[in-house]
Amino acid sequence: MRWIWIDKFIEFQSGKHAVALKNVTLAEEHLHDHFPGFPVMPECLMIEAMAQTSGILVGEAKDFQEKVILAKIKKAVFFDYVKPGDTLKLYAEIESIVLEAASTSGKITCEDKLIAEIDLMFSHIDQNLGGKEFPEENFVFTADTSVFESLLRDVASGSAGTGTDVRLPGIAIYNHT
Amino acid sequence: MAMNRDEIIQQVQEVLVDALGVDDDEVTAEATLMGDLGAESIDFLDIVFRLEKTFEIKIPREELFPAENLMNNSEFVQNGKLTEKGLAELREKMPHTDITGFVDDPDINKLGDLFTVNAIVNYVEGKLNAS
Repeated sequence: MRWIWIDKFIEFQSGKHAVALKNVTLAEEHLHDHFPGFPVMPECLMIEAMAQTSGILVGEAKDFQEKVILAKIKKAVFFDYVKPGDTLKLYAEIESIVLEAASTSGKITCEDKLIAEIDLMFSHIDQNLGGKEFPEENFVFTADTSVFESLLRDVASGSAGTGTDVRLPGIAIYNHT
Repeated sequence: MAMNRDEIIQQVQEVLVDALGVDDDEVTAEATLMGDLGAESIDFLDIVFRLEKTFEIKIPREELFPAENLMNNSEFVQNGKLTEKGLAELREKMPHTDITGFVDDPDINKLGDLFTVNAIVNYVEGKLNAS
């Protein structure tokens, strides 16, 4: 299974924006070393969480047909520590999306306090690099979207509120507003 | 959006400083994006996205940086150099670029040097005047 670093989506509007949650726990072993007696979430793992939130949003926008890879961290600014027990809210928005690439902007908050601003660029690698060939495997998800569906469980069930249908083959998704 | 050339230069400079993480004074008119400012392929798209947003214009793919289509066409490139036809194509596709020096030795490895800050300013100016 893929390494999924976010816990679930609570909003997902195809091709536009998504909101994901990440719960931080002391059971994450690296927190014992980062740092001993002062566990704080490494900033690089906040970027990873945003890369997954934004990357899945970008992948879904093209029905997971493109191989989406993180190509550039345009901006990563951190305003506060994240500690065990915190719940992070990751807001991601697609700024531009074209055949070859997409650009996203994102914010991370914890209890409405701004933690980070992270803007990224993703490449659809089959459309770049002069026709170079890559393995068939999709870099975001395989054709089996069960992992994606499970991340969307609370969006899909409607427990987060009712909203408009968002396009995705197989399952109905709602975004709550 | 009415803008004079100085305003365009200033905004293009800001775009490049943000996109490439360079200092203001590095972004001179003659600076080449790849050689002097260290741009890589994904940066070109980043720059296009930022220019579209800053100047509220649409930049069709391959219009601002059309080199790739040229290089993959054997009619335009022979023995690593642009042919007469290739140069004519370049002139047509990149009217915003000064290729005077390049014509003497049209080595495709030097194509990157044509993408200068000035070329972007010319392109944006042309776009804004046309709209």
